[in-house]
Amino acid sequence: MTRWSERWSGLRGGGTVLVTALAFLVAMVIGAVLIAVADPDTQAASTYFFSYPWDTFSAAGRAVVAGYRALFEGAVFNPNTAANGTLAGILGPISETLVNATPLILGGLAVGLAFRAGLFNIGGQGQIVMGAICAGYVGFAWHLPVVAHLVVAVVAGIVGGGFWGGLTGWLKARTGAHEVITTIMLNYVAVYLLAFLLSVKGFQRPPYGQAISNVVEPNARLPHLLGGDLRLHAGLIVALLAAYAVHWLLTRSTLGFQLRAVGANQSAARTAGMSVERSYVVVMVLSGALCGLAGVSQILGTNSAITGDIDAGIGFDAITVALLGRAKAGGIVWAGLLFGALHAGGVQMQSSTGTPVDLVVVVQSLIVLFIAAPALVRAIFRIRATSAGVGGQQLAKGWNG
Amino acid sequence: MRHAMKFAAAVGAASLLLAGCGSKPSDTAGGSSSSGGSGSGTAFKACMVLDTGGVDDRSFNQSSWAGMQAAAKKDSSIDVSYVSSSSQNDYTPNLTAETNKGCNTVVAVGGLMGDAVKAVATKHPQQHYAEIDTASSAPNVYGFQYNTAQGGFLGGYLAAAMSKTGKVATFGGLNIPPVTIYMDGFWEGVQYYNKQKGKDVKVIGWDETKQKAGTFANSFTDLNKGKSISQSFIQSGADIIFPVAGGTGLGAGAAAQASGGKVSVIWVDTDGCVSAAQYCKYFLTSVTKNLSDPVTQYVEKAASGSFPTGNYVGTLDNGGTGLAPFHQFDSKVPSSLKSELQSITKDITSGKIKITSPSQPQ
Repeated sequence: MTRWSERWSGLRGGGTVLVTALAFLVAMVIGAVLIAVADPDTQAASTYFFSYPWDTFSAAGRAVVAGYRALFEGAVFNPNTAANGTLAGILGPISETLVNATPLILGGLAVGLAFRAGLFNIGGQGQIVMGAICAGYVGFAWHLPVVAHLVVAVVAGIVGGGFWGGLTGWLKARTGAHEVITTIMLNYVAVYLLAFLLSVKGFQRPPYGQAISNVVEPNARLPHLLGGDLRLHAGLIVALLAAYAVHWLLTRSTLGFQLRAVGANQSAARTAGMSVERSYVVVMVLSGALCGLAGVSQILGTNSAITGDIDAGIGFDAITVALLGRAKAGGIVWAGLLFGALHAGGVQMQSSTGTPVDLVVVVQSLIVLFIAAPALVRAIFRIRATSAGVGGQQLAKGWNG
Repeated sequence: MRHAMKFAAAVGAASLLLAGCGSKPSDTAGGSSSSGGSGSGTAFKACMVLDTGGVDDRSFNQSSWAGMQAAAKKDSSIDVSYVSSSSQNDYTPNLTAETNKGCNTVVAVGGLMGDAVKAVATKHPQQHYAEIDTASSAPNVYGFQYNTAQGGFLGGYLAAAMSKTGKVATFGGLNIPPVTIYMDGFWEGVQYYNKQKGKDVKVIGWDETKQKAGTFANSFTDLNKGKSISQSFIQSGADIIFPVAGGTGLGAGAAAQASGGKVSVIWVDTDGCVSAAQYCKYFLTSVTKNLSDPVTQYVEKAASGSFPTGNYVGTLDNGGTGLAPFHQFDSKVPSSLKSELQSITKDITSGKIKITSPSQPQ
């Protein structure tokens, strides 16, 4: 009861949920303008805008409706493919949304967890790459029985990502090196290590004609959840379990309390007898391990071979997911689902209307921009301000402020 | 950032257009003509799935798409469109979306998409596909492959004949077959010249019989690496350099410029005087890989109702590979050498000259 009433007062007072929804709305409106502007018919009609202004508006309206309809069809339900009556036709769009959301949730959890301990982990890319390299290598180079192979490959991915993240935590704890700098540098190291591995026999696929790795064995692949025709794989379950684990860690465990204490005020945490240095290492290992799981989802689930862009930009999208989710496990799951849906819909929108897939990136960025500037959204919709949540405060003052 | 710039450009362009006060085109044309989504009922829909890098990558995406556009220009009943991939995650959804859209053929660009094309093509046996830079992987997939060793052979022969120091050089971006196949051809061309003329022109940087060795920049973008490799070649006495390394090769152009014109460069893939015009002065010629024309021919054939099957293999004979014009070197290349190159082209096509590169498509 109290939770619901809290939420209601939050809504009325312009709390986080309302601001998020309105930020989404404003971003979609601006996205609509961009769709119209990029539409060739609208451009053509605008050349004689002053003689027949209605043409421009109707062309723009058609483009926006077609674009957003395709976005919906790609992300939620597509009547055209559903008419086939096959499972793939009906559930295909939802499956794509969930496939895209899985690594985003895992990556978002990684970034969000580090946020809560006061660290800005922008090394998701490198940690995902390292996780994918380790999981993928075990997946194609080792030969193990059915269940064992998958388990060992997943653990290898966790270890790979955790090690890469832990390196940053250790550097910060021992030398004070700023995690933003070290994670960026370690991104480069991981990406170029992968580029090198993709030219090494044993890693690269024969006949060595392309920069692509061997194919992961079926034993080591995450099982499909809805049959072979749909790409949805068990990585989603891993992501949801990870979200619960992060939630439990932060709200119910002693370790989580320590991490949050360090994030809130290092000096106070130190005075209270907590080891700030140990917290840095632990949180970065955990954050890296979550990114490693995102890499696992990429190589053992969504794809079957490693190429140079196995991270698929998820390491950076994860930052926006964590921001949108206000660094809370539940919020991150919803944010990951939203971004996954936008990406899945963007593919369909590009295919059926020719709207560049980049539009989705702009909409995503705008959502986060408006959330980062809640005052702007409140000003647009004339909502009175209340105290923002954790994310809002942190967004307003910066992560290390 | 690049994405944002694209949109900024689009917004800018549109606002310029909005300022215009043109008059409406005749009403009959206004109603049904749409250039974007829905084509007329009888149009042949050729769709392209691009690899990462965008349609304006000055490389294989751009060249392949140019081939599609040329087909649409030649035949107005062909309706072409493309989707680009933002990462390898997009390969399968893009191919599936294009298949569901009702495209008559779906052309995939880049060998990295091979697994996805094979999987999607197997699921949709009635749909026609084509894939650039990969051998056909299913009965309904048409493959485009290139025997660029043949073009490289001509480049090697030309370099050996034009070298004043008796030393020519080549280096690659990475030690992978799409790169080393050019270097093999180049090396063989020089050996052939030596055998024919009784000379002893040396190749620095590559030896076909030692595939593990050779000089590689390990980058397709690092201009400085290309320049330092080229300068070490020049110090060893080479006066013609053949970089097979994309943008890294620009470093060879820079080194040639620094040498004051004593050193010249043979460019790769595209006509260097078009794609890297700033160094045109130093480009003896370019060994080309023609992506556009075969794509155009495929789409035209497919639109006429007969889908080609199997593989296209680009050779000297069908123009899939070859030498670009000599441009500023045209007057410096003796006409006797030009006719020798022509007879070598015939001999390679007839099989009289056997190319031995292990990287050739089968």
